[in-house]
Amino acid sequence: MQYLLLIYENEANRTGVDRSKMMEEYGKFTKGIIETGNFKAGDALQPTSTATTVRVKDGKPMTTHGPFAETREALMGYYLIEAKDLDQALGIAAKVPSAKIGAIEVRPIMVYN
Amino acid sequence: MADRIELLFRNESGRVLATLIRLLGDFELAEDAMQDAFAAALVQWPGEGIPANPRAWLVNVGRHKAIDRLRRHMRFLAKRELIEADLMSDQRTGEWFPEDSAADSVLQDDVLRLIFTCCHPALPEEAQIALTLRTICGLTTTEIAKAFLVTEKTMAQRLVRAKAKIRDAGIPYQVPSRELIASRVDGVLAVIYLIFTEGYAATSGPNLIRGELCREAIRLCRLLIDVMPDRAEANALLALMLLTDARRDARTNPDGDAILLESQDRSRWDREQIAEGLGRVEAALHSLVRPNTYAVQAAIAALHMQAPRYEDTDWVQIAALYEVLMRIHPSAVIELNHAVAVSMVDGPERALRLVDSIGKRGELNGYHMLAAVRGDLLRRLGRIDEAAAAYRLALAGVGLEPERRFLTARLEELS
Repeated sequence: MQYLLLIYENEANRTGVDRSKMMEEYGKFTKGIIETGNFKAGDALQPTSTATTVRVKDGKPMTTHGPFAETREALMGYYLIEAKDLDQALGIAAKVPSAKIGAIEVRPIMVYN
Repeated sequence: MADRIELLFRNESGRVLATLIRLLGDFELAEDAMQDAFAAALVQWPGEGIPANPRAWLVNVGRHKAIDRLRRHMRFLAKRELIEADLMSDQRTGEWFPEDSAADSVLQDDVLRLIFTCCHPALPEEAQIALTLRTICGLTTTEIAKAFLVTEKTMAQRLVRAKAKIRDAGIPYQVPSRELIASRVDGVLAVIYLIFTEGYAATSGPNLIRGELCREAIRLCRLLIDVMPDRAEANALLALMLLTDARRDARTNPDGDAILLESQDRSRWDREQIAEGLGRVEAALHSLVRPNTYAVQAAIAALHMQAPRYEDTDWVQIAALYEVLMRIHPSAVIELNHAVAVSMVDGPERALRLVDSIGKRGELNGYHMLAAVRGDLLRRLGRIDEAAAAYRLALAGVGLEPERRFLTARLEELS
């Protein structure tokens, strides 16, 4: 099965986090899941201050600046992984470095038959 | 005969379903297949007699019924072919299910796998409880709905959603890996204990099924110990439930009103259950490296049960055990229980200071037991007006009717 690991972090509160150490951990983690064959894709996102949201109302696109939802914890990146089952996916999610300072949401990818 | 078959279904349904789920890889198909097998048994057994190994019979018939169902329904084409190929290959070697004792260990593994699936932390707690009662214990949706005071529709939806999540999120049907197992066993025990307390906390009302929840929780815990005998925590939980449940008959009068421990007729306690509970708590305390909350609570219950009369209760040890419990699992409710034990050792005055310091922190605001305990301590200190005020406060927050009657009686005694 494929799962999307959505990486949430508190953007406002990133003091006290050693970014270069974090990047190193991410490098190791990504290399690890590439080697085990679980890695499908993954990216980090620019901060929510760069986000723009589009909706179509009455056929007209409406553009607003900022993210879709103003929440304390924002989506900061993702991994798309292949895992045997939810337990394996949760195990991988627990190793995402941001899990220590934020939260990782694990969502199965919809399969259309 | 009909009764015997009924009882047999009840006892075997969890195991039969567990194996069918493994064989079929699909919760709903397995449930349907089991119902088909039960229906077939109701037709055949009264005439031909109950087979030597009814469990194996039910699994085999269920499996055949599932093949029939798959042939009838052409949906899930790819899956159907896979499962059919699998099932057919079994058939070449005769019945899949060997009717001897070697099969029992396979079956136990199936039940264990199913318990871990039902109690998976990815499912909401209420769904874990519902699913466990439905699949492992074989209670009907109607029965579970009644026990948890929700409509049948709500309960049915809860079960459907839980099964959909198992399927769509890929919740595995397996015993967790070594690094996960400790935390997952804790989760299973928590579900079992929640089922028990749900049945025990409410002693009133027309729903006898609530008492049945206690029996189901005890049965589940035995099942878990059967398949994982080296888990001391499970033994401790079983001991706690056996000792608590042993007081069931003595806890209420015929009107359903609560009878306090101090006034209970101890000859009505279930001696057999107490004996088993005492043995298990001792064994658990021996094999646990660190005391866990079930073991300490069971030890407290054991001390109560060992006292021939209320006056003989070993309050010094009980107070000390509550202190251990507060360290493992800090909670204001446990502190309140500790204060009650302290009142029996050092007198109501010291206990009242403890209760008031809990009250000041505000965590138990609105919890009627805080005011009720306070009222009782004030009464024992002879501060009658303050005691009455505390009982009135407790009455304002009480939920269950029998408890209300109890507090009202206490209040009347004061004047």
